[in-house]
Amino acid sequence: MAVGLFHYLVVAALLVTLGIFGIFLNRKNVIVILMSIELILLGANLNLVAFSAALQDLVGQVFVMFSLTVAAAEAAIGLAIVVVYYRNRGSIEVEDVNLMKG
Amino acid sequence: MNWTVALPEIVLALCGLAILLVGVLRRDNAFTLCSMLTIGAFLIAAVTIIAAPQGAGYHGLYVADAFSGYVKLLILAASALGVIATLDYAGHEALRRFEFPVLMLFSTLGGMVMASAVNLMSLYIGLELLSLAIYVLAAFARDTLRSAEAGLKYFVLGSLASGLLLYGASLVYGFGGTMDFARLAGELGTPVAASPGLIVGMIFVVVGLAFKISIVPFHMWTPDVYEGAPTPVTAFLATAPKVAGLALLLRVLVVPFGHLLADWQQVIVLVSILSMLLGSFAAIAQSNIKRLMAYSSIGHMGYALVGLAAGTPEGVRGSLIYILTYVFMNAGAFACILCMRRQGRALERIADLGGLGRTDPALALAMAIFMFSMAGIPPFAGFWGKYFVFTAAVGAGLWTLAILGVLTSVLGAYYYIRIVKVMYFDEAEPAFDRRPGSLSFAAAVTALFVTFFVVVPAPFVAAAEAAARAICW
Repeated sequence: MAVGLFHYLVVAALLVTLGIFGIFLNRKNVIVILMSIELILLGANLNLVAFSAALQDLVGQVFVMFSLTVAAAEAAIGLAIVVVYYRNRGSIEVEDVNLMKG
Repeated sequence: MNWTVALPEIVLALCGLAILLVGVLRRDNAFTLCSMLTIGAFLIAAVTIIAAPQGAGYHGLYVADAFSGYVKLLILAASALGVIATLDYAGHEALRRFEFPVLMLFSTLGGMVMASAVNLMSLYIGLELLSLAIYVLAAFARDTLRSAEAGLKYFVLGSLASGLLLYGASLVYGFGGTMDFARLAGELGTPVAASPGLIVGMIFVVVGLAFKISIVPFHMWTPDVYEGAPTPVTAFLATAPKVAGLALLLRVLVVPFGHLLADWQQVIVLVSILSMLLGSFAAIAQSNIKRLMAYSSIGHMGYALVGLAAGTPEGVRGSLIYILTYVFMNAGAFACILCMRRQGRALERIADLGGLGRTDPALALAMAIFMFSMAGIPPFAGFWGKYFVFTAAVGAGLWTLAILGVLTSVLGAYYYIRIVKVMYFDEAEPAFDRRPGSLSFAAAVTALFVTFFVVVPAPFVAAAEAAARAICW
């Protein structure tokens, strides 16, 4: 069976779904949330590359270059904020992020 | 290639780098100097926007038109007011680090890129530049737990939103075959129905943007982040990113997806009604004024979307006028909130405003003007914003939406006017500290704008009209 566009789209959709559930169902650790965010971005990137190949159009791959860079910056800022939070709270349990109730 | 269309952004980016260098090279604390330079950079950028030629450039990634000019000038005004608001606060709370205004500058730059974006790629880059700088700003008071928690919450939900937006963009690209807004509109203009994949992609993009401007049901982060972030950051967060996000939402829905009006109109009507209802009801129970402003801004975004829901040039014009009045009354109200300080300690309870009418009549008057304006009471600017969006909705036949909007704004008037009542009729609390000049200036300028908008609305309405014409078919 040849691997076609459809298979890539399914894998990407699974990655994104896993990422979203990872954020909302995870009750343990903020780092897991960072990993889930990365999973969402990578799912979207896989989509872009698959479409780019299927459409014979390079723009999608250029976009992936940009979004990889942005993802790196986002991870750096996210980890920095987690470090700041840990210094103040002494914990990065998700259940402890509850000073203000929204 | 017509590179001059991005001249204001290039100038602002270079200024930002230069200010960063100044901050690093100065041995003493360069906070005040860098803030002043940042305001200067905003002025230069504003002049360049007015002077620079219009047109499209960068292979259709970027455009400078009446719409982007209007939005950019508004973002610059909002950011300048935000920087002025930090001048005094940062000294009190030991936040005097020169990165503060520089981060605001880069966030503003991101907003300006968003205003000019006519391609999914430039849209995403602008949005991320805006957001990444604000995540840092929200957690800037790094020794206080509340600020760190606000930064963490904003970061997690904001990144989730931009991840969804990116996924949506990939679907739109795949099923539409292009990232260019104009070409997408061309593809969708053919009689062939849009594919479900494209519709799903559009919904994801709208969800991502809705997160940024905190529309129900994507508003969960707003009250916590507003309360936890340092107050000048809250003031900034409530103005400049909202303008950029709303402008982008307008352009995305009107230009590439304009032919799918029937598909997105119902969604926008629904979220607009929900936002207005939540903004009116949830704010009533608040005792913290920053949380109250958070719910108030959710409601205001609902009103601004009423114009978009109409889906007509009049509606877009209404939204643009609404966001203009929103920026000035919100920036002014936050300038007044920043003045709430006793013995150097910042206060956030509404009850602390008690008797302000006797202890500081000028401040109380300014605050009362902003509250009346937000409640939509004529002749203040807020009334005219609501007038333009509601007439547009009625013009498009959305009677239910317009009537619900008027009803919720009457409900919302309750909590705005309660603040006025607390200031003028409650037991006097001890007087606040002396007002710093920067905040008095910001409050006075915005109060004058809000009060006298009714006298000279013509240039603003004409500018919004030209901006709406620039993007509407």
